[in-house]
Amino acid sequence: MGKSHEVSRRDFVKIVTGVAGTVIGAGITLPAVGYVLDPAIKSGGSGKENWIALGPLEKYPIGEPTPFNFTRTEINGWEKTFSTNGLFVLRKSDTEVEVLSNVCTHLGCRVAWHEDKGEFICPCHDGVFDKDGNVISGPPPRPLDNYEYKIEDGNLFVLFKEG
Amino acid sequence: MASKIYQWLDERLGFDDLYKGLLDRPEPRGTWWNTLGSATLFLFTIQVLTGIFLLVYYTPSPDHAYDSIQYIMNGVAFGWLIRGIHHWSATLMVLLVFLHMLRVFFTASYKFPRELTWMIGVLLLLTTLGMGLTGYLLPWNQRSYFATTVATEIAGLVPWAGPFITRTMRGGNDLSALTLSRFFAAHVWLLPLTLAALIGVHLYLIIRHGESEYPTEED
Ligand code: HEM
Ligand code: FES
Repeated sequence: MGKSHEVSRRDFVKIVTGVAGTVIGAGITLPAVGYVLDPAIKSGGSGKENWIALGPLEKYPIGEPTPFNFTRTEINGWEKTFSTNGLFVLRKSDTEVEVLSNVCTHLGCRVAWHEDKGEFICPCHDGVFDKDGNVISGPPPRPLDNYEYKIEDGNLFVLFKEG
Repeated sequence: MASKIYQWLDERLGFDDLYKGLLDRPEPRGTWWNTLGSATLFLFTIQVLTGIFLLVYYTPSPDHAYDSIQYIMNGVAFGWLIRGIHHWSATLMVLLVFLHMLRVFFTASYKFPRELTWMIGVLLLLTTLGMGLTGYLLPWNQRSYFATTVATEIAGLVPWAGPFITRTMRGGNDLSALTLSRFFAAHVWLLPLTLAALIGVHLYLIIRHGESEYPTEED
């Protein structure tokens, strides 16, 4: 035994063990990775859109941001998750509104409207926005997001995009 | 290059000496029966790994245990595979521990100087059975609920202390959230750590004494 280009018994066993080990290892590792990443993969890019009804436009006073909350449910794993979303309706005239998200553009806390100061203030890192959502001070990098909206028969709707 | 790196590391860590001392041991008369212990060890490793993955989704509360396992089986990619491996390897592990013990018995390998290895082995068997017992309750379905009712009832037959043992296992008079949570704690921490420590001692003794010779005709 042991001629140069012949494989020795010992080497043969080593190679077979190595190959079998690699195949089995990969056969377990790949599914395991899929298993852990699964919720992240499935929840991505669902891209669901819904028109949320905010009621008659007259309800909202002109010139003053008015809060509106709505709750969405989603199935996460074996549980129904309720998430509350908030927005501010700023009616500018009889037919023109601006709908601002209450999610701070810094790191996602919820801003509150402070009527006395005429500002939106974020409690987390003191981000301050004016009535139209423009940044006045603090860390937020851009103005508050606008919701797309439509008015049908005097009723206001906003477009809510999931995720 | 690779061998240089290896040498550098080996000079400091002493892989080669470790390898020679621990693994490169002579097998007096290697037979497949002598591999049962290693096979059991392999399954234990599989159980730890798949168990950790199950824990990513499993929730040990009566409200969620059953649903979380349904989710593992039907909702998550490869959940059925991970749970299936954990399930079948648990069954096989119990079987292998028994076979391993029988081989040690029939080759009379429990004699001097290996009595301690045997005694540790008995504890390994009991701890493994404990893993099976506690794991069985975790899915919180009818079968596991009643299996645990029966098992804890049987433990109650011990003279005098019986009822107290049952209440200790259940965390009260009835099977409840407390039972599930203590079985869970035992299944993922107490028993696996005990098992790992016992395995460590078992292996130390095996390396120290070497593999026993098989008895001959004259014995
Ligand atoms: C660190 C090690 C381990 C961890 C973290 C772990 C974790 C788990 C978890 C979370 C479950 C519930 C999911 C399910 O039922 O499929 C489970 C079930 C189970 N485990 Fe383990 N386990 C380990 C080791 C073991 C060992 C060594 C055995 C047995 C020898 C074992 C036997 C079982 C059994 C019989 C079930 C019930 C399976 C079923 O019917 O669904 N486990 N384990
Ligand atoms: S999250 Fe609003 S300021 Fe940081």
